[in-house]
Amino acid sequence: MLIWIALLGLILFSAASYAAGRRKVLSAAGHRPSLLHSLPGYYGAYLALWAAAPAALVLLLVSLMGAQVEELILRGDPPAAVSSLPASTQDVFYNDVVATVNDGQVSQTVYDGALGDAFNAKLVQAKDIHRNLTAAALSLAFVLALAGAAAAWPRLSADFAARPRVERWVAALFLACAVVAVLTTVGIVASLVWESWRFFQVVPLFEFLFGMTWDPQIAIRADQVASSGAFGAVPLFMGTFLIMMIAMTVAAPVGLFAAIYLSEYAGATTRAVVKPLLEILAGIPTVVYGFFAALTVGPLFRGFFNSLGAPLLGGPFDALGLYLMQVQNQMALVAGAVMGIMLIPFVSSLSDDIINAVPQSLRDGSLAMGATRSETITRVIMPAALPGVMGALLLAVSRAIGETMIVTMAAGLQARATINPLDTVTTVTVQIVTLLTGDQEFDSPKTLSAFGLGLTLFLITLMLNIVALRIVQRYREQYD
Amino acid sequence: MTDAALTPAQAAKARARTEAEARLKRRYRAEARFRLYGRAAIILALTFLVVLLGRIGLQGYSTFVDYRVSLPVQVDANRVNLADLGGSNFNLMVAESALAMLGEEDDPYGQASSQMMSILSGDLGFQVLDRLRADPSLVGQTITVQGPMKANASLYYKGQISRDTEVGGRLLSDRQLDWLDELRDQGRVTGGFNWTFLSRSDSTEPEQAGVLGAVIGSAMMLFVTALLAAPIGVLAATYLEEFAPKNRWTDVIEVNINNLAAVPSIIYGLLGLAVFINWLAIPRSSPLLGGLVLALMSLPTIIIATRSALRAVPPSIREAALAVGASRTQTVFHHVLPLAMPGMMTGVILSLAHALGETAPLLMIGMVSFVPGVPETLTSAATVLPVQIFIWENASERAFHERTAAAIIVLLVFMVLMNLVAVILRRRFERRW
Amino acid sequence: MTAQRDDTLAAGAVTAPRSSATGKVSASDVSVFYGEKQALFDVSLDMPDRMVTALIGPSGCGKSTFLRCINRMNDTIPGARVNGRIIIDGEDVNDRQVDPVLLRARVGMVFQKPNPFPKSIFENVAYGPRIHGFATSKSELADIVESSLKRAGLWKEVSDRLLAPGTSLSGGQQQRLVIARAIAVSPEVILMDEPCSALDPIATAKIEELIDDLRSQYCIVIVTHSMAQAARVSQRTAFFHMGAVVEAGATDEIFTNPRDTRTQDYITGRFG
Repeated sequence: MLIWIALLGLILFSAASYAAGRRKVLSAAGHRPSLLHSLPGYYGAYLALWAAAPAALVLLLVSLMGAQVEELILRGDPPAAVSSLPASTQDVFYNDVVATVNDGQVSQTVYDGALGDAFNAKLVQAKDIHRNLTAAALSLAFVLALAGAAAAWPRLSADFAARPRVERWVAALFLACAVVAVLTTVGIVASLVWESWRFFQVVPLFEFLFGMTWDPQIAIRADQVASSGAFGAVPLFMGTFLIMMIAMTVAAPVGLFAAIYLSEYAGATTRAVVKPLLEILAGIPTVVYGFFAALTVGPLFRGFFNSLGAPLLGGPFDALGLYLMQVQNQMALVAGAVMGIMLIPFVSSLSDDIINAVPQSLRDGSLAMGATRSETITRVIMPAALPGVMGALLLAVSRAIGETMIVTMAAGLQARATINPLDTVTTVTVQIVTLLTGDQEFDSPKTLSAFGLGLTLFLITLMLNIVALRIVQRYREQYD
Repeated sequence: MTDAALTPAQAAKARARTEAEARLKRRYRAEARFRLYGRAAIILALTFLVVLLGRIGLQGYSTFVDYRVSLPVQVDANRVNLADLGGSNFNLMVAESALAMLGEEDDPYGQASSQMMSILSGDLGFQVLDRLRADPSLVGQTITVQGPMKANASLYYKGQISRDTEVGGRLLSDRQLDWLDELRDQGRVTGGFNWTFLSRSDSTEPEQAGVLGAVIGSAMMLFVTALLAAPIGVLAATYLEEFAPKNRWTDVIEVNINNLAAVPSIIYGLLGLAVFINWLAIPRSSPLLGGLVLALMSLPTIIIATRSALRAVPPSIREAALAVGASRTQTVFHHVLPLAMPGMMTGVILSLAHALGETAPLLMIGMVSFVPGVPETLTSAATVLPVQIFIWENASERAFHERTAAAIIVLLVFMVLMNLVAVILRRRFERRW
Repeated sequence: MTAQRDDTLAAGAVTAPRSSATGKVSASDVSVFYGEKQALFDVSLDMPDRMVTALIGPSGCGKSTFLRCINRMNDTIPGARVNGRIIIDGEDVNDRQVDPVLLRARVGMVFQKPNPFPKSIFENVAYGPRIHGFATSKSELADIVESSLKRAGLWKEVSDRLLAPGTSLSGGQQQRLVIARAIAVSPEVILMDEPCSALDPIATAKIEELIDDLRSQYCIVIVTHSMAQAARVSQRTAFFHMGAVVEAGATDEIFTNPRDTRTQDYITGRFG
């Protein structure tokens, strides 16, 4: 809170610096701005930046990292009563100290005796640390603000090149924004790798990648050896692959033919009507597709297969009939088919762009030879567009693998190594959701396995994306 | 001319001609077939759209109609303890009054009253309590309260539960149906627009559940997302397009952004869990946290969209500004950014609309919790529309399915509005160079 | 045929038998509209067999539009409408009975920029014979490809790498490949739309030589921006201006003794 007030004060101070700096150079130039190297505002901005930027950086760092630093210092010299405790109980102890100071949620542990004294001592220490750290940060910021302004003040003169210097600050700010994107990647990779590394210490990588049984629920039993095979992800990979294949079987032909029709046959009016409608299909949230799959398509398909199975009962195909009668709402086919619908506009709009990039001269050349339109498309345009279309399809595959909501709502939770589309299967994303929703202990292999799955998912989609984007890029350059 | 009269050369020519004609016919059939595939693909895609939206509309529209009952309640002075008003069973009192009004009496086992309670909303009992709290002198008198029916009763009035269904497969007994008919015949029940759905938050009782909390939660979260992602995205895009030197590092940033745009959204949820919750200790389930995660998620798409808007500004504008002595920064701020602004805004709004419908990463950061109120601050627990849809879809009561579809309608309305704004921006300010 | 045209024809007949000068392709009153805009105004022109007819004129004068009427390539442009008659061997190409696909097999076309398909050299030339079903066996197809490449003067340069992509050839070679592709379906008429404008002088000379060779077998119509080229390769010339034919006749006649002042201004370089 104090930090925010300080930040507000800093803003006011730098605004005052701006006005002062501007006034100073103007009077130095005898109120004739044309004598100045830069516009007067740039001098003000130069001064304001030196006054505000270093101090703001300090305040920002403290508000982001302060809590971590405080806890680190707090754990510095543990009392004997605390250091004798197991590590996880120590964590609870320190969490409770911090929470008490910040009016946060406290665990139900009761501290008495030596532990109670330690608790109270640490409580006092924590308050001290917090007060000292805040005071140190604020005074540092105060000094920096004054020093910055004082250092910049004498430089302000009529022939001082303020504009290029201010612009360098602006460029640095812009660069920092671009770097946020890189930091996001670093954050993703770091968090996935770190948590996965902890996971793979409990469950060997080989078990995870090639094990045939996935049953994370068992592993939370205290006496369970986590590496006994409960974390074999092969069934998840197969389920993911199965649903992806079904989705692509729907999306690839429909999306491609839609793109071909729109770019090669349809008139301007048809395009003007159909394209926005396809964009609507693309804009519908996946949770809506999931709802549609779970409550409309699922029962529909089940009804269909059940009625298909009924007449087979008692006949030579009795077993098949019995199987069809037992098909459930949640099956790979439902999730795959609905995901396919979702991907149609994705495939068609990407392919549309790619087909349109094929030069008109090739079409003219083929038509002038007396080829029909379909011959031109199948023999000239599609071969030319093939690499780009492959790239587009790979991107769609990546989307299908990473899609979460449809499979969570329509595919099911049973980890089964099957390629039967009528079976209930589960996918990598479904398991991540299941493992991480609800109560979680952060150190159990069950929770950590979600990060192992996340890392696998990230690496696979990343590879697909890199390959696909490179293909598409090459293809575009070829016809630029 | 007979066949015999044909010279071999003529015959060959004639054969060639018929062959060519047959071939041409074949080719045109292939052409027609191909065209048909294309048309079928378009029709199929549009049919999916119509079925999807139509189905949701059909499932959801009835939520917006709701039946309310008005009942005279005899407040029995013997059963009300003024010192402890909340301790009295007002629901039972309401049910008994309703039975009395229908000329029936409760049985010793309380079966009739409990059946009655399961068609009248608990809201009625709360109303009696509120009235007594405001005016204790009402004890012993008859007061009239008006409130919703239980969701199943409404479903019967809407024709979604039929008397023809076997009793076992039906959610209401014959006796309850008779009461419902009687109440309607007495004019005690009125249908109207379901304001409850729009003015209340989540509830365990479907007839009292609404989307207000989720709408507010979504708005707060989107506010955080917009506040972070829009400026950072626009500045990053401007840097890459206008300032960045072409070297290995900018190539890395560029490839990085393109790949980030295709990272599955659930991965951002894992990032949020590991970094924002476990490391930075931002409160779980809060709009602030959701907004942060979605901001990171939509950043790449915003950068890509704004870059293409910047690229659409012709280089001649930049050259003209540089030629009159403006610096690169001045050129960008005075000329390029204003010209690219409509396009950039369109891209930002579309990305935000997409973020509005995003669900998966929010499940990772604890947003799937039951939040019965409207979130008050950016750090209090909240739910958002798409997650509310996910939660209700999982509920077992049929009445919640109806509300799920209705919540989808509300979500789609907001998304359509955002898209509409983007389209209008594009139409109004689009410049063709 | 008017009396006035007769003596110009007589001059053109020096290089070709007079009988063919009646016009392999004969256009009368051809007008073309793109939507509301009229691009061609009542163009009438005879293009005799076994001769090269050059269409010259300033940019945007309708030469290419006219050329695209002859094989009905204007059909592929939405909103384009063609009035008037274009007769090839006594048959109106705009007749409903005439199939554009078969017509284009009889009327080959070479474009401004060489546009080989992204396939091998062999497949480029084999494309037409394949889609029209001209060859019944592989060896027959190979024969057609070989003879077309030979006639296009490209065989010697590519015979050892027929499977290399067509786009790997140089610009001039690509253009000859495209010509080989066009003659592989044995057309009667070959339309060329500024075939040398994207080529260097040496490649241009080769194409011009080729055009001169091909003249003995085909009716060739060529759009060109180069007066010199028109003078070198053509026997007859038509001058287009603002979507209409100003003057048409034997090439020698047009270049040495133009009847219209606009023609004179154009060929002497005063505008265009």
